[in-house]
Amino acid sequence: MKRLAWPAGILAALLLVNLIFTDHFFQIEIKDGHLYGSLIDIFRFGAPLILVALGMTLVIATRGIDLSVGSVVAITGAMACLEISTLSSQDSIGGVLGAIGIALGLAVALGVGNGFLVAIVGIQPIIATLILMVAGRGLAQLITDGQIITINSDPYKLIGGGYWLTLPFSIIIVAVVLALMAFVTRRLALGLLIESVGGNAEASRLSGIRSHGLLIVVYAFCALCAGVAGLMISSNVSSADGNNAGLWIELDAILAVVIGGTSLAGGRFSLGGTVLGALIIQTLTTTIYSIGVPPETTLLFKALVVTIVCLLQSPAFRAKVFRSRRKPAPPTVPAGEKVTVRT
Amino acid sequence: MAEAILRMTGIGKEFPGVRALDGVDFRLLPGEVHALMGENGAGKSTLIKVLTGVYSIDSGEIELAGDRVAFAGPLEAQKAGISTVYQEVNLCRNLSVAENVFIGREPRKFGRIKWGEMRRRTTALLRQLDLPIDVSKPLSHYSLAIQQMVAIARAIDIDARVLILDEPTSSLDAGEVAQLFRVMRRLKEQGIAILFVSHFLDQIYEIADRMTILRNGRLVGEYVTAELPQVELVGKMIGRELAELERLDERPPARTSDPLVEATDLGGRVAPFSLTIHEGEVVGLAGLLGSGRTEIARLLFGADHAASGTLRIGGDQVTLRTPRGAMARGVAFCSENRREEGLVPELTVRENLILALQARRGWSRPVPRKKQDELVAKYIKALNIRPDNPEMLIRNLSGGNQQKVLLARWLILEPRLLILDEPTRGIDVGAKAEIQKLVVELSDGGMAVLFISAELDEVLRLSHKVAVLRDRRLVAELPNDDTLTTDVLMETIASGGAK
Ligand SMILES: Nc1ncnc2c1ncn2[C@@H]1O[C@H](COP(=O)(O)OP(=O)(O)OP(=O)(O)O)[C@@H](O)[C@H]1O
Ligand SMILES: [Mg+2]
Repeated sequence: MKRLAWPAGILAALLLVNLIFTDHFFQIEIKDGHLYGSLIDIFRFGAPLILVALGMTLVIATRGIDLSVGSVVAITGAMACLEISTLSSQDSIGGVLGAIGIALGLAVALGVGNGFLVAIVGIQPIIATLILMVAGRGLAQLITDGQIITINSDPYKLIGGGYWLTLPFSIIIVAVVLALMAFVTRRLALGLLIESVGGNAEASRLSGIRSHGLLIVVYAFCALCAGVAGLMISSNVSSADGNNAGLWIELDAILAVVIGGTSLAGGRFSLGGTVLGALIIQTLTTTIYSIGVPPETTLLFKALVVTIVCLLQSPAFRAKVFRSRRKPAPPTVPAGEKVTVRT
Repeated sequence: MAEAILRMTGIGKEFPGVRALDGVDFRLLPGEVHALMGENGAGKSTLIKVLTGVYSIDSGEIELAGDRVAFAGPLEAQKAGISTVYQEVNLCRNLSVAENVFIGREPRKFGRIKWGEMRRRTTALLRQLDLPIDVSKPLSHYSLAIQQMVAIARAIDIDARVLILDEPTSSLDAGEVAQLFRVMRRLKEQGIAILFVSHFLDQIYEIADRMTILRNGRLVGEYVTAELPQVELVGKMIGRELAELERLDERPPARTSDPLVEATDLGGRVAPFSLTIHEGEVVGLAGLLGSGRTEIARLLFGADHAASGTLRIGGDQVTLRTPRGAMARGVAFCSENRREEGLVPELTVRENLILALQARRGWSRPVPRKKQDELVAKYIKALNIRPDNPEMLIRNLSGGNQQKVLLARWLILEPRLLILDEPTRGIDVGAKAEIQKLVVELSDGGMAVLFISAELDEVLRLSHKVAVLRDRRLVAELPNDDTLTTDVLMETIASGGAK
């Protein structure tokens, strides 16, 4: 829990900044039986990022990385919209479910492909997933035939833009996925096995862990999360854009994971931290709009804040800053640091 | 007495929840070999690390040749003339042997590295240690023992006033140890001060002039080796008399039972060999470094694939493709290579301990937390793992205590065949006796054990029979009767079994 203190604090600080610029920022009200408010919006618009980041967390915990999630987002959105556009009635629930099934099935298959390249062929994760990152955009455009597919399907619109029991449906999806993941990784033993493979793959193999299978499952799951996020994004705008859907989401997702306290070196991961990390990034985007940062500087502004957040997150940085304040003692290497003997 | 080259006074170091060093004084004289003694977790490695700047000290001061120093890191210490081999060999496994020896101080001409000279000098250096290996191969190509020798070679080549060796001999055989001691004596004559850590008391008495004993992070005292009998040394280290040090009773012959493991012409990275292990039998593997002991173990565990021959376990013919497959047949293997093949450093003691058990059950059947706590508490007690906090990250344990956790990981499985590759590596005298007793108990209970150790004494004490290897070939199988002594074993190893 202590590990979550920093990201939680940063998120709180960001939210408070918004309060200065936006009146009633923390206000949540019920209109027409739906929850409304800026906080709800952050959750709602952040839902795809949270999902992608959650899947990414497991991949990173195995000391991997998945650059292809953005492409998977585009592919699933395109696939689902294409299938729905061919339905005789776009409001037929069965037809929409079928389309969703096909799209998500495709996502999982792509994830299995990633996992296969990493685990069986032994390609470095960053390269293995780079292949799909690049090729996937092409595939998405192939599916949409280079056009933007527009649909008009109420059942499909529910995923990204609808409400259920007063809550935005996308938030419910995220909550369910998060609960499932928490159960499987922490109540069951999957989390330990993932952390072990990420911490020391050879030792894990010699301890009897089926690391190949585990890697494939993890990459497949990550792609599935990206797939659901792709459905949300395309459902929200009722169209599929093979070019721009999910563009750069892999970078935001990786950032969210790291801000949440999961190390890129693999091993320990924190689902709660990732959710906080994704919310920080989403809040930051909201903040940029609400405080009126000039559009041409938004990227720089974002980079600046992210840098500060990452520095605050780093124990080594904190140790240095706080120690040098306390006493100008002889310089030291932080206790946890690895000793490398070099001349 | 000469002026001390190194003087540490009142050194204190605290880690969260652990007082690793508490007011420790230490002096090192030029031209002496000084042994730092103490149980696992006594604070030996920590004292070395605060000296070389890996950790900062909380209190106390360090003087090198009369000047007060506080190094910011190992590199700075090395520049000041302190050359160190740390307990966990820390070289770059993907670089060549020569690159590892010269990394950071490569011979250069006009800024360009002189590769040829580097290789030549490394070869010459290693020949001093009687290690004729190809120095252009990556380090990972060689066994742990050779890696350890390379680390030592690197350290003695650096022009230093102080040489620190933290358990350099833990995976070496008698031959390499002799080479190392020869070099150490030569350096000593040149006036270099050597700090030496080892759990092998014989080695201490052979090489050390004086010793400093630590217990629980506190200084017990400083002694001249020749004036401190071994029994007293042990008493001072563990704070009580050690009864278990006596030889174990003569092993009763293994119960004549069905063979559990039958390897016939099994080959891979070793020449095809045949070996039978019965239930309740302890089979020792003896041989020099690189003789193929670990390779046999890995074949029987499915970590490597057999290229020829057949293997029967419990009467069934099996082809082992993965360690998991071997585990399903009741085989367990505790690797000698703690860092690469054992520890998951970021996980806790508890998680490391139950890892193999959990892997065998699969992800969907977690070991209930209560059961975990019971098991962990049981083995922390049985093997005297310290500190006895199961939620501590294993990387923060001392080397010997990490080893005990890994041993427990496999004991928990209650395997039918337990393969132990250097299980007492880096383990102190008290715990070593405990582990040997445990092996005897387990085999009396019907477990078959394949026991690999560079210490022939230990092999002889525990085994019913000893298989001797030389140059990756099994050359002899000797029943452990009254006539078998370490000398006979040495001779067999040297002659390659030819009579
Ligand atoms: N980075 C760390 N964080 C927390 N505790 C540590 C750390 N490093 C060492 N310790 C603790 O300090 C104590 C001394 O450890 P140290 O490694 O110095 O023992 P040692 O005498 O070298 O033992 P061994 O013979 O097993 O190598 C141990 O209790 C250990 O758990
Ligand atoms: Mg040590």
